[in-house]
Amino acid sequence: MFNLLGVPPQVLFGQLLLGLINGSFYALLSLGLAVIFGMLNVINFAHGALYMVGAFVAWLLLTYLGLGYWWALLVAPTVVGLVGIALEKTMLSRLYKLDHLYGLLLTFGLALIFEGAFRHQYGVSGQPYPIPDALKGGQNLGFMFLPNYRGWVVVASLVICFGTWFAIERTKLGAYLRAATENPTLVQAFGINVPVMVSLTYGFGVALAGLAGVLAAPIYQVSPLMGTNLIIIVFAVVVIGGMGSILGAIVTGLGLGMLEGLTKVFYPEASNIVVFVVMAIVLLIKPAGLFGRER
Amino acid sequence: MRSLLLAGTALLTLAAAAAPAAAQVSDNVVRIGVLNDRSGIYADLAGEGSAIAARMAAEEFGNKVAGAAVEIVVADHQNKADIAASKAREWVDTGGVDVIADVPNSAAALAVQGIARDKKRIFLMSGPGATALSGAQCSPYGFQWTYDNYAMAAGTGRALYEQGKKKWFFVTADYAFGQSLEEETTKMVKSLGGTIAGAVRHPLGTSDFSSFLLQAQGSGADVIGLANAGGDTVNAVKQAAEFGITQSGQSLAGLLMFITDVNALGLPSAQGLMLTTGFYWDMDDQTRDWSKKFEAKAGKKPTMVQAGVYSAVKHYLKAVEAAKTDDADKVVAKMRELPVEDMFAKKGKIAANGRMFHDMYLAQVKTPAESKGAWDYYKIVKTIPADTAFMDPKQSGCPLVK
Amino acid sequence: MTAKTHLLGSRPAALTVRGTATGTALLFGVGLAAAVAAPFLLYPVFLMKVLCFALFACAFNLLIGFAGLLSFGHAAFFGSAAYIAAHAVKEWGWAPEFGLLAATGGAALLGLVFGLVAIRRQGIYFAMITLALSQMVFFLALQLPFTHGEDGIQGVPRGLLFGLFDLGQPLTMYYTVLAIFIAGFAIIWRTVHSPFGQVLKAIRENEPRAISLGYRTDRYKLLAFVLSASLAGLAGGTKALVFQLASLTDVTWQMSGEVVLMTLLGGMGTLFGPVVGAGLVVTLESYLASTSLPVPVVIGFIFVVCVLLFRRGIVGELLARLPGRSR
Repeated sequence: MFNLLGVPPQVLFGQLLLGLINGSFYALLSLGLAVIFGMLNVINFAHGALYMVGAFVAWLLLTYLGLGYWWALLVAPTVVGLVGIALEKTMLSRLYKLDHLYGLLLTFGLALIFEGAFRHQYGVSGQPYPIPDALKGGQNLGFMFLPNYRGWVVVASLVICFGTWFAIERTKLGAYLRAATENPTLVQAFGINVPVMVSLTYGFGVALAGLAGVLAAPIYQVSPLMGTNLIIIVFAVVVIGGMGSILGAIVTGLGLGMLEGLTKVFYPEASNIVVFVVMAIVLLIKPAGLFGRER
Repeated sequence: MRSLLLAGTALLTLAAAAAPAAAQVSDNVVRIGVLNDRSGIYADLAGEGSAIAARMAAEEFGNKVAGAAVEIVVADHQNKADIAASKAREWVDTGGVDVIADVPNSAAALAVQGIARDKKRIFLMSGPGATALSGAQCSPYGFQWTYDNYAMAAGTGRALYEQGKKKWFFVTADYAFGQSLEEETTKMVKSLGGTIAGAVRHPLGTSDFSSFLLQAQGSGADVIGLANAGGDTVNAVKQAAEFGITQSGQSLAGLLMFITDVNALGLPSAQGLMLTTGFYWDMDDQTRDWSKKFEAKAGKKPTMVQAGVYSAVKHYLKAVEAAKTDDADKVVAKMRELPVEDMFAKKGKIAANGRMFHDMYLAQVKTPAESKGAWDYYKIVKTIPADTAFMDPKQSGCPLVK
Repeated sequence: MTAKTHLLGSRPAALTVRGTATGTALLFGVGLAAAVAAPFLLYPVFLMKVLCFALFACAFNLLIGFAGLLSFGHAAFFGSAAYIAAHAVKEWGWAPEFGLLAATGGAALLGLVFGLVAIRRQGIYFAMITLALSQMVFFLALQLPFTHGEDGIQGVPRGLLFGLFDLGQPLTMYYTVLAIFIAGFAIIWRTVHSPFGQVLKAIRENEPRAISLGYRTDRYKLLAFVLSASLAGLAGGTKALVFQLASLTDVTWQMSGEVVLMTLLGGMGTLFGPVVGAGLVVTLESYLASTSLPVPVVIGFIFVVCVLLFRRGIVGELLARLPGRSR
């Protein structure tokens, strides 16, 4: 067999697969950000915090109500989505007429509040969340051992990502959404309630973050800090993909996950930074991002 | 005019004569400042619990020592060295604080050590692990009480070697403490004749460890040493269980783990883990008694850092009582002279570099079946005697050691 | 949603700049007198911290308030300058004035690099690019050996300023910091009131129009960026001398967020706003440190309230309410 830079191909395949798993989290989160940005022109800094809230809702359901993982998959995104709609109705909607940067600043403040409040209440060490019984164990793929749960995460998030892409790009509802992004007044004139649509879009975007939180809970610790570091990377993913581009968010999310996986083999210290390097390069060559268009 | 001057002089002499009786304790209060992280990553292992421990120590003296009241003040350094430095300065300059305690986070502790040295204030370190604090950056007023990176790493390294696990692989946080943990363990393992199969450095705050664990698995090592801390360690252990690493015969060793980390992980993921600790609540009647009182106030069992704060503050107050003053130089002399004797340390001794020598313990995390309830987490496998638990002061690089 | 009806910090700026000169001069006089007397009433180290952050916020404000560019990576200049100053003074034994000069110069160079990459974009893109670049600086600050990782550079000597003044004395240090702050503030004042400042404002209000008038807007923006970075660096270098340490805290993106908060709270685009904002935030953080209230929640709450209700910030609101100032 061939060796690539001294790394046996088995290891390489393993790392690529693991990268794909991480990438599916990036894809899910950046998809929500992209949907929100496309519709509201808001960079949602609270996305990471709401991802954390999603994981915590799953943990709270299990601890206090005894509702397991599968219920959490349904309930947690709903709760997070409703929180999102409430935030949009009471706060974000007041800012649309202003510079878009105010949306960024508002959600930055919201992120601090969410994280601080959970940290105050539950401490920082985090809470354990078990892998559901049906997904315990793993498969030996020959080149690596793949836990069943990780396989499930990849499949679930790919299905959700492409489902969302299909709904927005290929259905009638999606067509209204895209039209409202271009010209809200005209769409309103056609009898569509644009403010409600905007609220629902925000709610849906953050519900995706909540869902990612539930998916992450059994792998990572359910901790108030889990979203803080992730959000900055996900921002970079969205910028590289092209702000507001749905397909761009999904494809770059997966791609960068794999790139990060490779970095972990060759120069692990830099694995947190490689995304930003790519971002700087992409913006220099193609300022609107890989899949974006100039606004 | 002349009479006024005379009267003034007379007054001054009077004041001077009266001084020795009143000046034993400055402003008649012994003020202890507990400075630590109350909102960030060390809030659980130190935080308010350390303040509670300090108060418990003061209460044992009836909140009075050498005729003066004992007062505990607290502040949050938010894990920022500059906030720690300015708070420490402020306490010393304007707050009348006589001694600063705890200070997890080695950057913050190094900053406070410098200030305490300049201003001649006693610094009781329970939270920080950097060996430099009793090494190159040691101070005649600084005491490293509970643990340090050397004790944690070398203790675990030696103990596992003795169990026949001789080939190590490290998953190391790419921070100074991670590198020092790796270095100390490597030195110990190699000096005993073991080998190092490899190491991988990861950034601080990594959430996904699967690729590092895969590399560790492929290395064929007997032990995977986790030279990281807090959330990183917790995630690494959790994912090691997911990838079936312990089932395949490799052991995991947490080189810097606290009981709060084990609590966060839960026994199903943490079982079998080897670690070194300076304190465990369930060792004898004394520790159980004290920990019960602590739990009544804090709502959870103490970590070794919190128990260490109690022990250090108690020893300090004992020394103030014996010296009948809070003058730093005199108290320091008494602290070094008296043995440290309480529920935390038996026959502890303070070395010239400020390191407090006491027994450390090698612990293994229980299986869920062995555990009888909440916080019943450790089996104490072995006591590491004080004289081998810590680095020889002569090798610490501390200029105070001759 | 392309038409923007309210630009970041646009109105109050016009107010102060065109506002009566006597009013501002009076304000400045009172402020100066208070600053000179302050160390006898308040704790000097605390005041120095306020001044360092005030200068940092003013530098940041030069960009957001007068050029309309939101940088989310200003901590990179502040923090790396702190490292440069600390290293130059401690390891190379430089005099403090040269340490500060090196810090400012280093930050200017870094600002030039950042600027060349970032100014080609606007709005949110600009914010994201600066954020990404500052993350890379954070990575360097962690990896380069001279920064000593998370321990930071500790025990930096304050030394003798110009070989004469012993900065180890709290009051000497304080007045030095005050002088540095006033010098930095004066530079910003001059910049804002110069023809250059007017062009910046024109670019902020309507860039295409400024271009059509024949201004090479990119050059103006780049210059403003470098200037802002240098002054942020001066503030960072000074902070390293005051606290005698340089650590990772100052390079994190949270620090970038903090300076945004200070400026927003005080009033974007007003000259005194960032000073007020920095004073308030530093006071608040120091006060909260001794209470059981969670610091991030309070800070986040202020952020939200400011954005929703007081977008002009404290100074901006005050100016807007002054009688006879309605536009």
